[in-house]
Amino acid sequence: MNLIDKVEEKQLKQDIESFNIGDAVKVHVVIREGDKERIQVFRGDVIARKGSGSRESFTVRKLSFGVGVERVFPLHSKMIRKIEVVRRGKVRRAKLYYLRSLRGKAARIKEAR
Amino acid sequence: MVEGIIGKKIGMTQTFDEAGNVIPVTVIQAGPCAVIQKKAAEKDGYAAVQLCFVEETPAKHPNKPTLGHFKASEIPPTRMLREFRFDGSAEIKPGDTFSVDIFQPGEMVSVTGTSKGKGFAGVVKRWGFHGGNKTHGSMFHRAPGSIGASAYPSHVMKGKKMPGHMGSERKTVKNLRVVETDKEKNLLVLKGAVPGAKGGYLLIRKTGFEILPAIQKINEAQSAIEQKEE
Repeated sequence: MNLIDKVEEKQLKQDIESFNIGDAVKVHVVIREGDKERIQVFRGDVIARKGSGSRESFTVRKLSFGVGVERVFPLHSKMIRKIEVVRRGKVRRAKLYYLRSLRGKAARIKEAR
Repeated sequence: MVEGIIGKKIGMTQTFDEAGNVIPVTVIQAGPCAVIQKKAAEKDGYAAVQLCFVEETPAKHPNKPTLGHFKASEIPPTRMLREFRFDGSAEIKPGDTFSVDIFQPGEMVSVTGTSKGKGFAGVVKRWGFHGGNKTHGSMFHRAPGSIGASAYPSHVMKGKKMPGHMGSERKTVKNLRVVETDKEKNLLVLKGAVPGAKGGYLLIRKTGFEILPAIQKINEAQSAIEQKEE
């Protein structure tokens, strides 16, 4: 076994719901304010998944008041309590960066059936 | 206890700490290291142990003097042999091994290795000179500029920063924190980067514990005293 994997093994979450590029997801993120903790939900489309092992991350894009907002989350971070798949998308790319230059109807993702 | 150990750089990755922050880490295969020779203050003028880094592949063509040197420890000759300070607190003999368990998480170490070779490098890369404009009619790009004035001092000062060979030299990075240790696979995980390429040999030495927990301990002790007084 690769020794780097051996170190990363302990960091990996086992209970991650499988999701793909193009899916609409709700990400439950822990927000720390002083010594209080609360959970915030970030809802949007997964436009990229990058890396492997404990370094894997994913990018979620949403429109907030007409402004595109993207957040990159480390997949195995403890600060992410849950990832819910709201809708499965049908896409033909692994990275949906082209959505950044599209607006309105054109920026929709087809639902997978 | 022995002051340090020999290791091999495996590579870098990242882990999460208790607070959930991402920390960059280097994975090192530290040990097992076997004692080959003991140096005593009375005989050699200083107290140390000579350790060898035991690997799966022993040295390919050891010569007779090397074989003789390793004979007492009954270990096949290795490629790496280095001395470390030893306070003589424990009784050791050739053939005894030290492994990663001499380190504890939270401890600070310094790591010595051979940096990656950069070849013949110019002054911008080697010494961080700023260089000139690339455009706007500039005819001065990455050259070192004047290296000495005319009449005075009329020679180039010794040690003037000039182009030349960069890298492939012995470098030490001090005070890296031990994040975790794996006794089963002899893995040492340090926060931050260490010199050299993957597979390069490293010397890992103890430098004590992080100041922060120490301050915390003092604070705790002080508050305990204050409580008693009340």
